Amino acid sequence: MGAGGDGMSVAAALRLARGAFTLDLDLAVTAGRTLALLGPNGAGKSTALGLLAGTIDLDSGSVVVNGRVLDDESTHVETEHRRIGVVFQDYLLFPHLSVLENVAFGPRSSGIPRAAARSQSVQWLDRLGIADLASTRPPQLSGGQAQRVALGRALASNPELLLLDEPLAALDVEVREEVRGELGRFIHDWGGPTIVVTHLFDDVVALADDVVVIERGRATQRATVRELVQAPATSYVSRLVASWSDD
Amino acid sequence: MMQASARRSSRRSFLSPALWIPAGLALALLGLPLMALVVRAPWAQLPELLRQPTVASALGLSLGTALLSTAISLVLGIPLALVLARSDQWPAVPRRLLRALVTVPLVLPPVVGGVALLLLLGRNGLIGQFLPFQLPFTTAAVVIAQVFVAMPFLVLAVDGALRASDRRFEVAAATLGASRFTVFRRITLPLVAPGVAAGALLCFCRALGEFGATITFAGSFPGVTQTLPIATYLQLQTDPDAAIALSLVLMVISATALVSLRDRWVPGVTA
Repeated sequence: MGAGGDGMSVAAALRLARGAFTLDLDLAVTAGRTLALLGPNGAGKSTALGLLAGTIDLDSGSVVVNGRVLDDESTHVETEHRRIGVVFQDYLLFPHLSVLENVAFGPRSSGIPRAAARSQSVQWLDRLGIADLASTRPPQLSGGQAQRVALGRALASNPELLLLDEPLAALDVEVREEVRGELGRFIHDWGGPTIVVTHLFDDVVALADDVVVIERGRATQRATVRELVQAPATSYVSRLVASWSDD
Repeated sequence: MMQASARRSSRRSFLSPALWIPAGLALALLGLPLMALVVRAPWAQLPELLRQPTVASALGLSLGTALLSTAISLVLGIPLALVLARSDQWPAVPRRLLRALVTVPLVLPPVVGGVALLLLLGRNGLIGQFLPFQLPFTTAAVVIAQVFVAMPFLVLAVDGALRASDRRFEVAAATLGASRFTVFRRITLPLVAPGVAAGALLCFCRALGEFGATITFAGSFPGVTQTLPIATYLQLQTDPDAAIALSLVLMVISATALVSLRDRWVPGVTA
């Protein structure tokens, strides 16, 4: 569970109290693996994501990425210095910038000259199979296209951790299966540590290696996907598994 | 059948005929004076009247100062609008005080604004007594008076646009490594550009029409502080035709601004 070892790794102990809600969650993920944070609405998934990305302040605990402390009692690294890429649920592509400018935004912000940032971004678009959309404005994109752009934008900023917030929730049910498969491949090709926040069991099966089930701010099960299917620890998970195997 | 009758009733006007009379009077009050101006304008002599030195210098001074006031309002007013839009987390007292300060010039009689400016920046004013130069009755005073009166229009327009825009775009930009200033320059500002443009236009029109604070704080020296509205007022005593010509010029500028506001920057519609 520690942050040491070879390759990229992430370890977080997230503690937060807001009124009646308390979050107490330990997370760990290493390069090349995808951790799913699975839980019902209101379980604290978005809060956990905000704590990792630095948009919410921890009460206590820590966030350590590749041995670099991003958050603990004495440190708070601002979001813009965390190098944590986020694919937001509704993508949040900048509507006034083209697809290429969206993807180039991260490299530009890190001081890479315009031309170099653009050619890097073209490569990302190529890799994601959407080079033909470079000059398109985000409002003209389909849901699946927008998700690829959002993924390209997050990865082009060269993050040390990738966070995906309900990556399939904004898509029509008919296209989810296809997009989910593509997303899994892209994440695998990228190869860095990834955390997927979701309430969809299909996402867990298709995208994740390991799962942390979160209910009411606490981890109720830690398992690989296979173990989770074979031995659900709570009624919430058994219901998800049952309805999943019905499909 | 139900649908048809529902549609008919929804289309029915519930406006009482009795209300048409005051509404019509109101419209007449707004429209007829402008019509009179157009009807009575000395169209034949217009080119000649507009070539008069007083007219030309007032027009140049007005356009120059109004543009400068708008530019100053943009530079100072956009940051103020940001502070105002993000003041929701503040305690109630400073938050309300801030909003009141921004709004006061909108409701304050401009003459009072002019007097207040004199008391602050005049020769014996709170700050003016320490200045090595004299500010009142200079072109700079014209600009200060215009900024005082017109900047709130810009601030409130930008504040409204900021409140309506999705702040999560700024979070997204931060996760991509953008510094706060980069976020402001490349995300926040472009997203509220329609609001900024509308605010700048309103601000310009208000600055162009400024009379009370200007004549109080800056006076009416031809070529120095005598702007179009002041020249119009003074010409009315001596040369009514020239005053009408000047009024027409101001009206055309305002109408142009109004049309560009309506066509391009209807609130809530972007791109």
